[in-house]
Amino acid sequence: MRFGSIIKVALRALMRNTMRSILTALGIIIGVGAVIAMVSIGNGAKAQVEAQVASLGQNVITVFSGSMSSGGMRGGWGSSPSLTIEDAEAIEREVTGIVGVSPEVRDRNQVLANGLNWNTSVNGESPDYPDIRSWKIASGAMFSDQDVRSVAKVCVIGKTVADQLFANSDPVGQTLRIRNIPFKILGVLDSKGFNLFGQDQDDAVLVPYTSHMKRLSRRSYISSILIQAANADVIDKVQKDITEVLTQRRKGREPDFTVRNQVELAQTATATTQTMTLLLAAIASVSLLVGGIGIMNIMLVSVTERTREIGIRLAIGAHGSDVLMQFLIEATILSSLGGVIGILLGIGSSQLVSHLNGWPVLVSTASIVIAFVFSAAVGMFFGFYPARKAAQLDPIDALRYE
Amino acid sequence: MPPVVKIEEIHKIYDSGEVPVHAVRGVTLEIERGDFVALMGASGSGKSTLMNLLGCLDRPTRGRYLLDGIDVSELDRNALADIRNQKLGFVFQGFNLLARTTALENVELPMLYGDRKFTTKQIRERAMHCLDIVGLSQRSDHFPSQLSGGQQQRVAIARALVNEPQVLLADEPTGNLDTRTSAEVMGVFQRLNDEGITIVMVTHELDIARFCKRNLILRDGMMVRDEAVANRSLSATELEKLSSAEAAAKLTGAKS
Repeated sequence: MRFGSIIKVALRALMRNTMRSILTALGIIIGVGAVIAMVSIGNGAKAQVEAQVASLGQNVITVFSGSMSSGGMRGGWGSSPSLTIEDAEAIEREVTGIVGVSPEVRDRNQVLANGLNWNTSVNGESPDYPDIRSWKIASGAMFSDQDVRSVAKVCVIGKTVADQLFANSDPVGQTLRIRNIPFKILGVLDSKGFNLFGQDQDDAVLVPYTSHMKRLSRRSYISSILIQAANADVIDKVQKDITEVLTQRRKGREPDFTVRNQVELAQTATATTQTMTLLLAAIASVSLLVGGIGIMNIMLVSVTERTREIGIRLAIGAHGSDVLMQFLIEATILSSLGGVIGILLGIGSSQLVSHLNGWPVLVSTASIVIAFVFSAAVGMFFGFYPARKAAQLDPIDALRYE
Repeated sequence: MPPVVKIEEIHKIYDSGEVPVHAVRGVTLEIERGDFVALMGASGSGKSTLMNLLGCLDRPTRGRYLLDGIDVSELDRNALADIRNQKLGFVFQGFNLLARTTALENVELPMLYGDRKFTTKQIRERAMHCLDIVGLSQRSDHFPSQLSGGQQQRVAIARALVNEPQVLLADEPTGNLDTRTSAEVMGVFQRLNDEGITIVMVTHELDIARFCKRNLILRDGMMVRDEAVANRSLSATELEKLSSAEAAAKLTGAKS
């Protein structure tokens, strides 16, 4: 039988029981809609995480000091006093393909200004820091290498600190007291928002790392080193070189540091959302399966109802394969129409979720194509058994069926 | 010219139940081209089974069946379907038209199956031509539910004719029709037969069988009588008689 005629017959059969067809397709509609919506929301979350990772800076490599054990108690990464300014200088000197290095020392302090006080993170950094983190200065300027060398009492403050302490005045040029030591505010950083872990990145004060080590924390070691590679192609080589330089400097002792790059960080960060997306899609797929069973059910009813029609077709010369195709196509049309409506519903509902909750959603073409192909395949798979049952009917029995 | 249907010692035994049923016990039969045969017998005589065998809907347990010179007794399911499609036309008691499908589309149906490739235009033209033969070209776009029983049966006849079959098989074609309509439908068959089409029909009504040229009577799966119809009824005269004496017709009319 010709394909055009089969399609026509199938459409007519579906239209004969419009309500039943719609209800049957509803299973697929809901299933596909749920898959599309879940995957879109998952993808949106993933894209957001990726954007946050990118906001940490481009091509950034971080060296953490190792963990320290004392009396059987093992500290976490960064607890060992093993990274020094000399390490940072050695990296800057010996590794090629890097555009910025910033040794980091961090602690929390109560800071005072303008008769107000605020507890915030005070970070010792180098002047390269804003460039490494792709962080702009909103007003004023970053401290200079000269400030680092002279252990200057200068600082640059984050947006949150500025808002908390200088609500009505320009902080640039004013004085911020950290541990009662007056630091001159040189600039205010642009707002960067929250990081991956929900911390307010703008709630920080940057000071030269030398000033931090000698005037504030009085530590002789640094907790980490931020390094920016020139581009993404050299990042692996730079990472290897850094490891080599630091290992050499330790002269055969156990390596007490770890070197991580941004890509690894991004992978770790997106792994969770990826798992979530998969889980949600798996749950949604179950409803697609249930929809498929609904199709099988209705097709079986349809075959029984139309036994006589099948008998007529067989008597006047239809092959079993013609009848098989007819019912298979009918099931496939039903499920793929359901798929199309489901895709529209999924896009609509994910947009709605995005609108109501402010979640980022990302509808990908791939998920639409896969959902459509999958829904058509569900129809074919679950339509096969009823179609085969119809094809194997005996024409005499089928014609006699009441 | 060889006979269009040639059956030699054909047997059909059903053994699906507890006791095997020997429905047809060695029937031998030849039907020439242009013949018009009525197959008669009481219920259980095996006439329906013989009809199913003739119609290639079923295979004989033993014996040979040559249809238009082709031995069809050993053909498989699909080959039988092709034979039915190209060499046979079926008319059933219950009309068996597809519901919610126009008369024209019902008639087109056999052309959609089988190997022969027609263009959409050819299909339409041939179907219209066949509807014209049975006098229903005016109602080609009607659904079966909008047609009377006689009209539905005429659509079924048009459908049976559309692939130019060697034999037209009719299983109680007037069983669901009243006397007048039966006479009309038999008139259509007689006209087709006059044009050279071979017709075999099953009936249990004597006055319907008298429209045919030859009557075969089956009893217990065996052929007990094979005779030419001496005083053949003609549709036109029968209809005239009916018009003049409705009351008389009711006494001898269709049972349904």
